[in-house]
This record gives sequence, C-alpha cells and structure tokens, in this order.
Amino acid sequence: MVKPIEILSQKKQEAIDRLYNKTHFSDKLIYVGMASCEIAAGSKEVMEIFKEYAKKGLITTYISQKGCVGMCSLEPTVDILEKGKMPVRYIKVTKDVAKKIVEEHIKKNQIVKENALFGTKQKSIVICKGTFCLNNKNQQVVDRLIKEIKNENLEDKVEVCFSSCLGFCEEGPIMIIYPDFIVYSKISQEDVVRIVKETLIDGKVIEDLLVKNNNLVKLVRVYGTFESLKKQKKIVLRNCGVIDPENIDEYLLMRGYEALAKVLTFMTPKQVIEEIKKSGLRGRGGAGFPTGLKWELTAQQQSDEKFVICNADEGDPGAFMDRSTIEGDPHSIIEGMIIGGYAIGSNKGIIYIRAEYPLAVERLKIAIEQARNEGFLGENILGSGFSFDIEIRLGAGAFVCGEETALIHSIEGHRGMPRPRPPYPSVSGLFDKPTLINNVETWANIPPIIILGGEWFSSMGTQKSKGTKVFALAGKINNTGLIEVPMGVTLREIVYEIGGGIPENKKFKAVQTGGPSGGCLAEIHLDTPVDYESLTSAGSIMGSGGMIVIDEHSCMVAVSKFFLEFTQNESCGKCTPCREGTKRMLEILTRIVNGEGKEGDIEKLERLGNMIKKASLCGLGQSAPNPVLSTIKNFREEYEEHIKEKKCRAHFCTNLLTYEINEKCVGCSACKKVCPVEAISGSAKQRHTINQKVCIKCGACWRVCKFEAISRL
Amino acid sequence: MGKTITIYVDNKPYQVEDNQTIMQALDKIGYHIPRLCFHPKLSIEGACRVCIVEVEGQKNYVASCAYPVYDGMKIYTNSADLRRARRDIVELIVDNHPMDCHTCDRNGTCELQRLTYSMGIKNRHFVGERKRYEKDVSFVSVIRDPEKCILCGRCVRVCSEIQGVFNLTYAYRGFKTVVTTAFDMPMAESVCSACGQCVNVCPTAAFLEKNNTQELFEKLRDPNLVKVVQFAPSVRAAIGEAFGFPAGTPKEKETVAALRKLGFDYVFDTQLGADFTIMEEASELLYRLKNNGKLPMITSCSAAWMKFMEQFYPELIPNVSTCKSPMSMLGSLIKTYFAQKINVDPKKILSVAVMCCTAKKYEAARPELMLEGMRAVDIVITTRELAWMIKSAGIDFFNIEPEEFDDPLGISSGGGAIFGATGGVMESAIRTAYELYTGETLLNIEINSIRGMKGIKEGSVDFGDMRINVAVVHGLGNASKILELIKKHPEKYHFIEIMGCPGGCIGGGGQPYAGINSIPLDEDILMKRAEALYGIDRKKTIRRAHENPVVKRVYKEFLGEPLSEKAHKILHTHYQQKYPKGIIPKEMTLR
Repeated sequence: MVKPIEILSQKKQEAIDRLYNKTHFSDKLIYVGMASCEIAAGSKEVMEIFKEYAKKGLITTYISQKGCVGMCSLEPTVDILEKGKMPVRYIKVTKDVAKKIVEEHIKKNQIVKENALFGTKQKSIVICKGTFCLNNKNQQVVDRLIKEIKNENLEDKVEVCFSSCLGFCEEGPIMIIYPDFIVYSKISQEDVVRIVKETLIDGKVIEDLLVKNNNLVKLVRVYGTFESLKKQKKIVLRNCGVIDPENIDEYLLMRGYEALAKVLTFMTPKQVIEEIKKSGLRGRGGAGFPTGLKWELTAQQQSDEKFVICNADEGDPGAFMDRSTIEGDPHSIIEGMIIGGYAIGSNKGIIYIRAEYPLAVERLKIAIEQARNEGFLGENILGSGFSFDIEIRLGAGAFVCGEETALIHSIEGHRGMPRPRPPYPSVSGLFDKPTLINNVETWANIPPIIILGGEWFSSMGTQKSKGTKVFALAGKINNTGLIEVPMGVTLREIVYEIGGGIPENKKFKAVQTGGPSGGCLAEIHLDTPVDYESLTSAGSIMGSGGMIVIDEHSCMVAVSKFFLEFTQNESCGKCTPCREGTKRMLEILTRIVNGEGKEGDIEKLERLGNMIKKASLCGLGQSAPNPVLSTIKNFREEYEEHIKEKKCRAHFCTNLLTYEINEKCVGCSACKKVCPVEAISGSAKQRHTINQKVCIKCGACWRVCKFEAISRL
Repeated sequence: MGKTITIYVDNKPYQVEDNQTIMQALDKIGYHIPRLCFHPKLSIEGACRVCIVEVEGQKNYVASCAYPVYDGMKIYTNSADLRRARRDIVELIVDNHPMDCHTCDRNGTCELQRLTYSMGIKNRHFVGERKRYEKDVSFVSVIRDPEKCILCGRCVRVCSEIQGVFNLTYAYRGFKTVVTTAFDMPMAESVCSACGQCVNVCPTAAFLEKNNTQELFEKLRDPNLVKVVQFAPSVRAAIGEAFGFPAGTPKEKETVAALRKLGFDYVFDTQLGADFTIMEEASELLYRLKNNGKLPMITSCSAAWMKFMEQFYPELIPNVSTCKSPMSMLGSLIKTYFAQKINVDPKKILSVAVMCCTAKKYEAARPELMLEGMRAVDIVITTRELAWMIKSAGIDFFNIEPEEFDDPLGISSGGGAIFGATGGVMESAIRTAYELYTGETLLNIEINSIRGMKGIKEGSVDFGDMRINVAVVHGLGNASKILELIKKHPEKYHFIEIMGCPGGCIGGGGQPYAGINSIPLDEDILMKRAEALYGIDRKKTIRRAHENPVVKRVYKEFLGEPLSEKAHKILHTHYQQKYPKGIIPKEMTLR
C-alpha cells in the first residue's frame, strides 16, 4: 500500500512541476499584495495595470498575488522575483509607480529606487529564516553579520534580508549574496568574519563554503529586511505575504500538507495529542487554555459524532491577525483542522467566519476546493482511511460570537448568545456533541509543530507561554502592521524596535492590548514580557493580538470610554451585569469626559467594574471592565483631573477645553476666517477675542494660528 | 441515584448527591439562594446572575443554577463581597425598571419587587437612562410591555421549550436588547397562540392579559342590559389562591355569590357548556367511527390550541372536531335558547365569561363564532381579573355566603367539571360515547391512565366490539410531538385530546399568579387544582353529560338531537389556515 507520505511527495513534485512550468516562460515574477488591507490601499488597481500590460502582450511576466506582509503603512506592496537575482520589494505602489516598474524594472532591469524597500543596495544578503529552520544558529550568524558589517562601515552598501524557507534545511544556515548569487551553506560565526572580509569587501568567492548545488535555490521569497524583522519569528505567518494563497501548489512547495501526511503515516491520534501537549501551545484566541489538553479532553469523549471548529470570528476593533492569516495562507488552517480532526476522532470541520471578511471567505472556499481536489479533504485522505471535510459558516459580525458557546449557538441557527459553562464544548458543544474549537492562529501553529516537534516549539517563549504570538500593531506608532514575535519579547521591544517608536517623537503614554477585553499599560509596564501571565498581572490581557499604542495626545478616560462603548453595544444582552452594568459605567465615563464627573464616580466605576468582572456570564462581560479598571489603576490622576479640576491633560475632551486668544495676537484674522461658527471677532491688526458661548471647541483657530496666539487650556 | 459527596457551605459540611447543580443541592439542605431567571421547568439560562455564589478556587462567582457540585466543593453564600455584588445586580435591574409599583398590575405579585426588598436595596447608586418602549396592546389576549421586561428570558423559554410556538425571542444587543416577536411584529400579527404562559412565568408585568375589567364594570352599570355570566371549571379550582386560600380549595358557590354581588343577573355554569360539548363531540366521534370519517379526531375546546393548529398544522383541520368550545356553546345557547326563554332581544343580553384563559379572549372575537352578527360571548375576563374585580368592589370573598347557580343553565354533570384538568374532556367523552355506542352504562368511570401531569398519556377503552385508542396531551410543545407522530401513523389513535396549557385549563394563562413561596407552572399546584375538580366530580350525583336533565331538556325543546341541523348551526364551527404576517405560505414561495 502506498503511504500517505509517499502520495504527498508525489503531489509535491507535481506541484513544483506545474509551478515551474507556469513560471517557466517569464524570467521575472510579479507578486502583488492582495490582502484586504492592500486592496484598500489600492493594490487592485495596481494589479490591473500589470494585467493590462500582459493582456496587450507587452510583458510576458508571470503575475501572481500574495497575502499580507504586515506593513500596513507601506502598502500596496509589489515583489519582483527573478531567478538568481535579489528580489525587490516595492512599497506605496500607485498606478503610476506600477507603470514605472513595468517600463523600467521589468523591461529594462532598472530598479525604481524611490519605491524599493530592499533590493537596491550594492550587495544584498539573504539569510533564510523559515519556520522550519531547526537551526538555531541563524540568529547568532545574523547578529554576527550585522556586527561585522557595522564594524566595516558597510551599512550603506550592504543590506541584510530574511527569506522564507529555501527548502534545504540540512545545509543551513544558508546565505545568498546578491548580485553575484553566491550561496554559502552551513555557516558558522567564524565564517561570517571571513565572508565579510573576503566576499563583501574583496569580492572573492570562498569555495569551501559554497553550497554543493546552487540549482536548489530557485525562487527566493523575502520576508523583509533585517531591521524590520530582527525581533520577529514567523511561524503562523510563515507563508503570509510570500506565497499565492489561491494556489495550493505554492503551499505544497512550502512543505504544505507535510504535517498531515506525517500524522497519517506515522502517528496515532494519541501521539498527535502528545506532541501538541509537549509543544506547550496555548489557545491564541485570548484565554490561553492549553491546546493539547483541550484536544485530549475532546478525544476522551465517547460519541458517534464530533466536530472541529475554527473560530474565525475576529472582532476586536483594530485587530486583523486572523483575517490576514486566512487571506495569506488559508491552507495552513485547513491542514491544522484536519490534523485536529484526526486527533480527536472527528470527520467534520466548520470554519465560522464573519461575512465582513469576504476576501478571507473567498480564499477559504478556494483553498477548501483545492484541498478536496488534491485529496487532502474528503473521503479516505491520502489513502489513509481517515475522512474529514470542512464547511464554512458565515457569521453576521456580532462580537460576542467569538465566545465559543455563542459561536456554537450561532452555527446551530440560534441567536448568538453564550450559555453557562460547564459543560464545556469539549464535552457538549455543537448540537450537543463533543466539539474541538480553536481559533485561526492556534490552528495555523499546528502544522509546524507536527513537522518540527513539540520540543522545537516549546524551546521558544517563556516558561508558561510557548511559541510566538501575532500582533496587529496599530495606533500612534511608526510601523503599523502585522508582526509575529516570540513570547517573552517586551512591550518596549515591540513599540520601539519593531514598531519604530511614536511618530513625530511624541511621548509614549500607554499601550492597549487585548482589544475591548484588554487593558491599558503605562510606561512603567514597558519592560513587561509579552506572555499570558505577565500581561494579566500587569492589568491587561494577551487577548487575540490587538495592540494599540497611545501617545500623550490621547485622553485615557476617553480611550476607556471608547472601548466600553464598544462592549456595551456588542453585549448580547443576556446577563444583567454586562448588559446593565456596562451601560451605567458608560454613563459615568460619559459624564466624566463631559466635565460633569462627581466625587465618588471613580469608586462607582471600580465597584461596578469589579462586580461585572466576577459576576458576568461569559468572557465578554468578564473582561468588559478591563479597559476602565486598568486605566483607573495606571492613570488615576487623569480621572481625578477630569472630575476635580475639570481638565483633560491631553486636550482631547472638548467640554473641558477653552480656547483663548492671548497677547501674541497680531490681528491677522486667520482664525476669524476659519472659525465655522463665527465665534471670533476683532478688527484687523487688533487682538481678537473668542466668544466662549458660541465656540464649539473644534480647534480650527488653534491649528491655523501662526503666532501661538491661541491658548488651549 | 447519584453518588453521595461532601460539600461545604459556609464552612459547614453537608452530604449531598452529585450530578446536580449547586442550587439543587442547596435547596435540599435548607438554603434558598435568591434567583430570578431560573425556572425548574425551563432550560438553564444563567442570565440574571442573581443566584451567584462564591466557590473556592474559582476566580469568578458562579451561577448556582448552572454549576454542578463536586466532592469537597467549598461554597460561600453570604460573604460581604458576594452580598454586595448580588445587591448591585438587582439594583441594576431595578435601575432600568419603571418602578411604578403602585400602579402596576403585578403590585404584590411581582418577583422583582420581592427580590428588591430582600436584597435590601435602600439606596440607588447607579440610576441613569431607562429604556422606553411603547406597550404592544394590539392583541386581544396578551399585551407586551417591554419597559417592564427584565430580560430573564422565561417567556422566551416557555414559549419555545414548553409551548413550541417560538413566537418570542431576543432582538438587538446591549442596552437595547428586547424580547419581541419575529420581525418585531405586533402581537396581534404574530404567531402567538394566546395561551398566556408568558404571562404566567413573567416575574414582572412585561406580559399581561388584555384587561377588560373597566369595560365590564361599565357594562354592569347599564340598566338596559340583561347581564349573564358563565365561569369555567378551572376558575373555581384556582380563584381561592388569589385570596390566600391553599391551592386546590374549590370555591364554586362563593364565586357564584361574588358574581351576583358584582351585578350579574344570571350566573350560569360553563360546565353545562362542557356537557353539551360532550354530547356533540361524542356523537361526532361515533359518526366518524361508523362512517369512515377522518380519524383520529382531535378535540377543539382549547382556544390556544385552535390558533396554534390553524397556523402550524392546517393540514390537520379535517381531524379537528367541529364542536365549539364549552364557553362558546353556552354563550351561543345564552343568546338563542335562553334569550327566547326569557323573551329578551339577544342584543340586549350581555354575555360574559370568566375563564382561566387568555386565549378565550381571542376565541370570543373569532368571526366564525358570530351568531347573526352577534358575539356569543361579549366579554371574557380571566380568573385573575375576576379576583381583582371582587377585591376592587369590596366584596368579602372570605366570609361570603355560598349561592347556587341560576336556572336554567346552571346544572352540570361531573363530566363537565373535570374538563378543566388535562384528560378530563377525554374521560367525559368516553363516559358518554361508551353509552351512546354500546347502549350500556360505563360503570368504572374514573380512567386513571389519562389523569395526571405526564405530557403525553395514552389509554384504550373497549367499546364492546371495538377498541378505542386514545391519547391525551397538554402543552403545545407536546401537541407538536403527537401531531408529527400521527402525520406518519394516523391509525395509531382514534381520539386525541389536546389542551394548549400545561396541566390543561387549570394551568391556563389567566390563573392566579404564583404565591410568595411558589413558582409558576408548579406541578404540585396544578395537581391540587386538578384534585379540586375531581373532588367536585365525585360529589356530583350526575357524572355523565347525557344524564344531565338540562341537556336533555334543551335538546328536546330546542336543538333536537346531537349533530342535528340546528345543533350544527349553534354548537359547531369551522376553521381555516391562518397566515400570520411575516410567514409566507408555502404555495406562495413556489410561485
């Protein structure tokens, strides 16, 4: 009998053949970023430009797409790949830039430097940082390389980038030096010194380091520069932004479905669960329940039917980890779910995803169809006798449907409302059957864990939190985007090293993690390591991965009001503390920001908040007061100022603001002209005045004044 | 039987069984944790969070109604923090409640009122915006007042889980959450069966019967009207509860006396209407049996069941008996036979019915039941409304002198009395049908297999050469179960009794609210009410409808015989499929 692993390797070879056949006729490959965020930034139009050229027969280049690369502020992005050449990533590609790329880069091999993120320096070094690199020497090699480059003052001439897996790990660490296309293998720290001296400076090839067969290196896909990736580790996002998510061949190329084949060939369900337990993986939806234990509990249940659910009902405002993962690498979730089904003895998977994610839904549909066609889903998968299939259920976008019991109700056709637990879904879930429910990120972690082993995974992170975590970095930060970091990295490293700090050099005030269920941490918490326990003890939560940076111009009372407004609106209305309690808290916060706060309001917020936390039915209610309680804990003085002094130090709460014209006024009338309500009067060259009764505190005068003559109090 | 385990409640050890919730365990060892959304007959909601307790090792409070006990569990029921949390939760409910207790229909019977008192809420800390909704008074039976609703969800659950109607659900989110009908339709246009069980289980006044007491008081003052009233068997079995008598205390003649004091000229007995129903229905059954008619035949006394059937099971219309309900039969006889008898223009007769039922208000208004443009019953009030009228009129129900029903429509058989309990119609019908078919008197007339509170009961009776298989169901959810069964196996039964409410009419939506230490739909109370009716039956010398002299006289003088043309005109009706708004008929979707 042919083993699943053999069938897979056959399929992989076919996929590679297909892929290279397709790309064979063009020397260059264009990959356009086509995740939702990229499309919103205009990548569809960019794609049209390329396609138009191709349609007219002006270029014969292979045009494809890729998922989110995580660089929100630089989108749309376009990668140009070429055999034997350093890949070039273009950023902020407009229609005009796209035309320029074709005319100059595609046709004439001239890189459009002003839009290129990397691939433009004299020499480029690419080091593999694929998920599947067991080799932990990479980091040391890279660190040494950076140091040497610095020592030799080569920073302007040489750039260092990370690529996804190059496919021959046994030779790693691997280093490719462009434009000469020198491929070195098995590099040690000592080798690095030689490479910098001999190859980078003197331009010589070090024969004994050369990889035996550089034909192995076909298409190099680069994640990004050393700078942007130095603290990151891509496991979940291993394929995001590098492969075409709508082409299963590209997933197969990246060792896709290898974990499944391994499980079906060599492992019993029990062994699979053991491996997941060994990895220390915890639920990435926010609560951090040990995944292996959850699998084990579900596997232990005796039942004629069991279900596997992927919770893709991502709902935190400003969070887009799951969407990006699905849009960039849908097969990794599907593969994870099939393995989960095998482990617990289920033949039916359901992906519950919100209808507001049409592109993610579309890509999942395509991926499921492709997986079925290739025999990864359906009856008798890879000849193993195990059958599993997946269907997609669309949610209407209720935040509470991210709560597992509410989600299950929603799939069953009921109103999405949580129910008391126990029984937990592992015992009685969908249609009262044992149900294994994990979120997108958790599922995407499964295949690498199976391929590389639980021990590999547990070698990353902190004692209780293993592996990596994806965060959606947003707010007042330079490099907004999607990042994946090993657990244990500090908030400071994320904000300043990965995020690039606060724009305009403003002062950091707080970082909000965990979305509406999380809390705001202050400067004193910046050295908190990012793991489940540390964030909780600091007063916030890990949550599903939203991370919003707040600068000095944001009012913490207003921030907590914003989040509470969200949870109040999204409360399912079932339990009293959440439905009524958050409403009363919101009323108190509203009066505080309106300057009507009363003595005792903070205590009332704390009293209600603590009660709601302890008495609510589900996680939504239990965590709803977190933004308020954490800001009271960390920024109490701001609350007190609002209430006692009727002052908002961030000048954010309009009711607590006064604009006045001071003696610096030269009477230029600029403010008078912009005032939308004609509150400013005064004759030319005379000091103007603001009629406070009419002023709506929009701040237009303050912004337009060139003489600092308007004071904001 | 579960295993015995030890739990510690406020540091005291107790031996309890496992496989139960904290609340169940505590109820048995002398604690009564405050509660609101919990109802033993309904699924566990865990919504109100009033019943929270502290469990050692749990970072949050747990809802005792939902959380199972385990060996060694340490439970704290009254710590300072917990008491404050509970109190604050109830205050939050109260803060969003109109608090118009003095003028509220549930003043004195409101569970929230009692809870607020027992939580010791003397000050209000969190008062703010309060929800505002229009009352939905569109329906003749049940009105909906979302402003009073505290979202415990009992109505939603009783409507779906017990009654299988699924008319009520939650809509919207957060503070705007409200219990409403599909598409927010007015109750009159919804699939509401009018059973009124939502009124029964509601802890506040979010659901009430449409109140007709003021209208009735006014009509009673009209000197040009002959005021005639009838009251249902179940009214006498339950009205005492509204005055503090123990459940199951029959108050038949006291009710007659009170109604006269309220100003009625004639007090008649719906039980006599029931006797006529038996005559007609037993004859109809025999006719169907002999003439290959549509079987099984299903009873038609329950107004909620009729509306339910027309909406959800119109294909079974041919199976349903064409007999009017006892109320409508007697109402029709009042406006015809009795009007002739006293020589009064029937338009001058005010025909009033006191019913245990909210759906009877709907039934009385059905156009199919009109007699030459007149309603057979002009006003229907519930047991609750009558109790209120008696109190309001200053009538001393405690010390009232019992009085007899009026002639000629005041004599009834025991068979009519037991109509109020589930299985009663079947039992009475068998008593009469047996004799009509075999010509012999059925001696063993108490059929125990179809008494009691089991949801679906079966029995069979030998009618000489023929064995009649019968089924008795109560509660519309159970009705659905048996209807689905007979759609597949119509041969299984010959005759089915269906009552819309749990327990039959004694558990009707118009019965007195549960008292301080009891819960609505309590089976013990329903059993006691049923026992009151069986007691009345046992005391009767006439226990079979066809032996009732009034029945005999009315057939002789007026109707002819059962199923005669005149009987059909006055005592029978017809049904038609109903399409509530928002529900598109199947054939229309095909087009």
